[in-house]
Amino acid sequence: MIWQFDIIILIFMVVTAVIALRVKDLLAASMVFGIYSFLICLLWAEMGAVDVAFTEATVGAGVSTVIMVATVFSTRRRSKD
Amino acid sequence: MEPALASFLQEQIVPKFNYWVYVVLMMIGLYAMIAKNNLIKKLIGMSIFQTAIILFYVSVGAKDGAGIPILDHHTYEHALEHPGDEHIDRDGYANPLPHVLMLTAIVVGVSTLGLALAIAQRIFTSFGSIEEDEILEKLQPGGHD
Repeated sequence: MIWQFDIIILIFMVVTAVIALRVKDLLAASMVFGIYSFLICLLWAEMGAVDVAFTEATVGAGVSTVIMVATVFSTRRRSKD
Repeated sequence: MEPALASFLQEQIVPKFNYWVYVVLMMIGLYAMIAKNNLIKKLIGMSIFQTAIILFYVSVGAKDGAGIPILDHHTYEHALEHPGDEHIDRDGYANPLPHVLMLTAIVVGVSTLGLALAIAQRIFTSFGSIEEDEILEKLQPGGHD
């Protein structure tokens, strides 16, 4: 583990988690959540867990972002909180 | 700064900073699941909660200065030529057991998210809203429909 890299990614992760929960536009929230998933993927690749990293990149960041965007488009885009 | 506090910081907080960040992420997710009104926001919170726990488990298996858990070519050839005489440097590889366990947890988490989003779409077709308070209002016996 490279701790400088670790700290930068962890700070970005907390920031993206908070932004994904605070924006009122649900499409933007899904996209920021995709960024969060890719940051986790980076963190795992850096920890030596490459298999977990590419599963997260395909399944976590890819598929879950796509199904979330599909749900946002078939329901409502604005959120009250 | 107090010497006791300084030593506590040095021994407990700084070397384990990643665990503290995972706890923060987990609590962000728990807060969103409880306090957010929108169903999709709740699901984003659930995913953040799950990934924080998975991160914790994978982090337990990580080692300082270790590479990925795949045997390099020379070690493999040596083990083939001298069976029973494998001297594998265990500190050079990250522990792969938590990785394999958490691989399952990621897939389960994504399928949970997919099912929950499908249920959210059904709720939207039935109630015309994905806000929790509006749904609860329509569920009241006095409310219309």
